[in-house]
Amino acid sequence: MADAVAAAALILASSLRLSVPLIFACLAGLWSERAGIFDIGLEGKMLAAAFAAAAAADASGSAAVGLAAGIAASLAFALAHGFASIDARGNQIVSGAAVNMLAAGLTAAVGNAWYGQGGRTPQLTAPASRFGDIAWPGAEAVRAVPVLGPLYRDLVSGHDVLTYLALAAVPLTAFVLYRTRFGLRLRATGENPAAVDTAGVSVRGIRYAAVLIAGVLCGFAGTYLSVGQAAGFLTGMTAGKGFIALAALVFAKWRPWPALATCFLFGFLDAAAIRLQGTVLPGIGEVPVQAIQALPYLLTVVLLAGFIGRAVPPRAGGIPYTKER
Amino acid sequence: MLVPLLSVATAFLAGGLVLGAIGVDPWNALRELVGGSLGSGEGLGFTLYYATDFIFTGLAVSLAFQGGLFNIGADGQAYIGGLGCALVCLHGGALPPWLVIPAGIAAAAAFGAAWATVPAVLQARRGSHIVITTIMFNFLASTLMAYVLVNLLRPTGDMQAESAAFPPAAIVPSLQSVLAAVGIAAPTTPLNLSFVLALACALAVWVFVWRTRTGYEIRTVGQNPQAAVYGGISPARVTVLAMALSGALAGGVAVNEIMGVQGRLLLDFTSGYGFVGIAVALMGRGHPLGVVLASFLFGMLYQGGAELAFDEPKVTRDMIVVVQGLVVFFAGALEGLFRRGLARLFDAGLRPRDTGETSLPPRVAEPGGEIP
Repeated sequence: MADAVAAAALILASSLRLSVPLIFACLAGLWSERAGIFDIGLEGKMLAAAFAAAAAADASGSAAVGLAAGIAASLAFALAHGFASIDARGNQIVSGAAVNMLAAGLTAAVGNAWYGQGGRTPQLTAPASRFGDIAWPGAEAVRAVPVLGPLYRDLVSGHDVLTYLALAAVPLTAFVLYRTRFGLRLRATGENPAAVDTAGVSVRGIRYAAVLIAGVLCGFAGTYLSVGQAAGFLTGMTAGKGFIALAALVFAKWRPWPALATCFLFGFLDAAAIRLQGTVLPGIGEVPVQAIQALPYLLTVVLLAGFIGRAVPPRAGGIPYTKER
Repeated sequence: MLVPLLSVATAFLAGGLVLGAIGVDPWNALRELVGGSLGSGEGLGFTLYYATDFIFTGLAVSLAFQGGLFNIGADGQAYIGGLGCALVCLHGGALPPWLVIPAGIAAAAAFGAAWATVPAVLQARRGSHIVITTIMFNFLASTLMAYVLVNLLRPTGDMQAESAAFPPAAIVPSLQSVLAAVGIAAPTTPLNLSFVLALACALAVWVFVWRTRTGYEIRTVGQNPQAAVYGGISPARVTVLAMALSGALAGGVAVNEIMGVQGRLLLDFTSGYGFVGIAVALMGRGHPLGVVLASFLFGMLYQGGAELAFDEPKVTRDMIVVVQGLVVFFAGALEGLFRRGLARLFDAGLRPRDTGETSLPPRVAEPGGEIP
């Protein structure tokens, strides 16, 4: 029994760690798309941030400088996407695809030119250059307490600061979106920009703000990958997480709290896939890991098809707003 | 015609700046790029071999564009197409030898079309967004293929996740052997008859889209679905048809790579060529001739880029992805900016009026621009 609880605490903790980048990226997409700007470039922005954060943390020896660089890199791509979708009135899907390609190419090409290690950044060895795990008071003292002890020690305590920031970002997003004037205007911009414009509020300003918030959040997501979870950048290290976050966003129907739940579910699936690799379950045989990996995508397609509820995107999503024709 | 030239020139200029920033002389790089891709018969063969893949995916994305659809899933469709032709080539022993290759091509097209049809039906009947579903289907294709290759198609005892080698009758003849048969000596390159198939497909797509009734229906739905309904065209039917044909074209990549060059099914043989197709289609303005020209340019980039990466340690083939992203950004996302800018320039007195004509339907070129 105690063993089962300890194992459950460990697998939940690993699910939490795997869901952190998804939570940041999913919220980023939520901000952008709620304002009417489709963002399939989450993956690219995360990748750019991961590279910049690892490079800056390596050069400065400080994880905080890494985070700042990660956010700056992600913001640069967010601005390009914002300019193309808001001022140039271009196709937001095309622009997002361009962001993904540019980030994938630039991080690998620049990484190779700078470090000559096939696109990696040097391993971050100095303790200050990474976000360390925070042990909560009494975490070791309560480990003997049944059930609650391991849960407190492994699940609540012992994560880095970015993990707790990700969890805090969800209520913050929900509060700003649903309880402030700015949030109301932002959601209105995604549904009916003409009404926002008529009320004398700048659609352009709101949309730029949303895109930039998305950039900051993707900066956190990428930094977590290369400076929190791993110790350095690897080419293509986002490995489709930006698209899983996009799937989670659709699955959560563009709402913050369901987004948290979905990201945690997808993180749990990921953790389970890693843990179940090669194990044989009675009656089923060897678990096909690919089946678990495919689940997030499959669930999203089924949801999109309208078989489990209905996912309706913001109405003005993807359509550039033109003031006065 | 001016718009794509200008935007592509800007993209290459930006690519040159990136090269300069990492300490490589852009002019030298350009010279090496052109020399490596066109300077020898071997280089030209490789260039055309890469171009073959891009013509297939570029046509796939273009055909969907004409119907107002964004097919971001050409990569997954090509991947599944590979499964189709592998199944025919491995288990087609009962077929007469001359029929194996046509059957393989048909299977690649059918599997690619089937993989594209599911998102199309979901969009047409259930209203789910085709961009999201095709992205999801790319990942589903890659997990499915990983499972199939590792657990089902891998010969027992083999470590590599790849299928058994195909019988010789299933290999598309290389262009070198065809030329040798008529007495012309050509260097050994992966270029094979799939290139001719790709050109034939380009011609067929042009005839189909601009010279047939169904093609007209596809373009009408792409330009204005409401008007299409008014004219008695079913957008749902056209959506499914355009996506199925798009997926079938993407399956051509499998013919070139799997049946033409590798002779076996490999993991990730599409190498992101489906995404190159997006760049090619945007650069070629959704027109088959433009796609062929843009594919040739990207073929030069891939081959010349490989040569450049060989000589210049600071450059890797990732630079090609950078240029690809820049092309998509400037020729795709900022297309309207260039077009309107030029139109204003001409309006200012150089010419009475620029029509700002684009062969991309407005729903793709400037979403929401024309539909209230």
